[in-house]
Amino acid sequence: MIIYGTALLAVCHLLGIVLGDWLGAALGMKTNVGGVGIAMLLLISLRVYLHRSGHFKPASESGVHYWGALYIPVVVAMAMQQNVVAAMRGGPVAVLAAIGAVAVCMVFVSIINRLEPVPAAVETKAE
Amino acid sequence: MWPIIEKAAKDNGLIAAFAVVGLLMLLSGVISRRLTFGRVQGSAIAILIGLALAYVGGRISGGTKGLADVALFSGIGLMGGNMLRDFAIVATAFEVHPAEARRAGWIGALALLLGTVLPFIVGVAVARAFGYTDAVSMTTIGAGAITYIVGPVTGTAIGASSDVMALSIATGVIKAILVMVTTPLAAKFMRLKTPRSAMVFGGLAGTVSGVSAGLAATDRSLVPYGALVATFHTGIGCLAGPSVLYFTVKLFAAS
Repeated sequence: MIIYGTALLAVCHLLGIVLGDWLGAALGMKTNVGGVGIAMLLLISLRVYLHRSGHFKPASESGVHYWGALYIPVVVAMAMQQNVVAAMRGGPVAVLAAIGAVAVCMVFVSIINRLEPVPAAVETKAE
Repeated sequence: MWPIIEKAAKDNGLIAAFAVVGLLMLLSGVISRRLTFGRVQGSAIAILIGLALAYVGGRISGGTKGLADVALFSGIGLMGGNMLRDFAIVATAFEVHPAEARRAGWIGALALLLGTVLPFIVGVAVARAFGYTDAVSMTTIGAGAITYIVGPVTGTAIGASSDVMALSIATGVIKAILVMVTTPLAAKFMRLKTPRSAMVFGGLAGTVSGVSAGLAATDRSLVPYGALVATFHTGIGCLAGPSVLYFTVKLFAAS
């Protein structure tokens, strides 16, 4: 049943948020630390386990895939509600700090990725 | 006639949002094929139009949530809000190959660390150049350059003034928008091809909204890897901002 997949996703999501909040509290903060990341790790390990045991039917999987496929439309909706007006009004400090931060980060991404070990299987597949 | 349509859209906000976003994606797909001959991805165009609509919506309503503040499109707020966004991000983890994710391991952690410290230094330097010489203001603006959530969280913790806070949030929002728009353009330069490279990018670029939209517009299959790392970004920033980073700035400001 499709709902099994969606329910599994929902449980992972909630567990991740709760664990992230606990982690935050344990570190003395009011914010969530990596809740979504923890939820993703939970889902990854559960999928590996369920695949091995053969308990998860394709119909149930589609309950997760549907939401994964909705991801881009959701991101478009997210773009539609950014505070673009305030961003435009931020003035030179905000604009320069943002441009500088993005530029420096991109240069470092480029450097680190150029150092990626080449012979790995993935690389050859992608070429 | 119009009041009835308006009422239907308002009462069924989320459903109306599905229809609006679907139409926008359809339009973007057509623009991608006909005007750019597939060179610019449909999703990248959709995100750009979305940002433009957010500007128009913010201008019309005077609110802070773009198009979602216009009553007719209030459902956009739910569809693109944190709850569904995170739900969809978690769902993409279903496509992650654990072996690939493990290959990134320590480099992902290094990218996270650099992604916190580097933007902070840039933010502090710019703030200082513009005459914000006290440690609290410099730290708050620097934290905003990490993400737009880290900025206000840090500012609140160390007692920044509200105009500095607004500046800090603006910095973070501009950064997120810049990452969304420039990632597909800079993808070749950044060698964004493999899951590992996406994880490095997720750690360094930070801002979940920027990373997720930027990767979505570049290569959909890389999204879960980048998001996996990026979701730790805000937490680490909120942890370091009011503590280590603030103390470091204070030390330098005093000397």
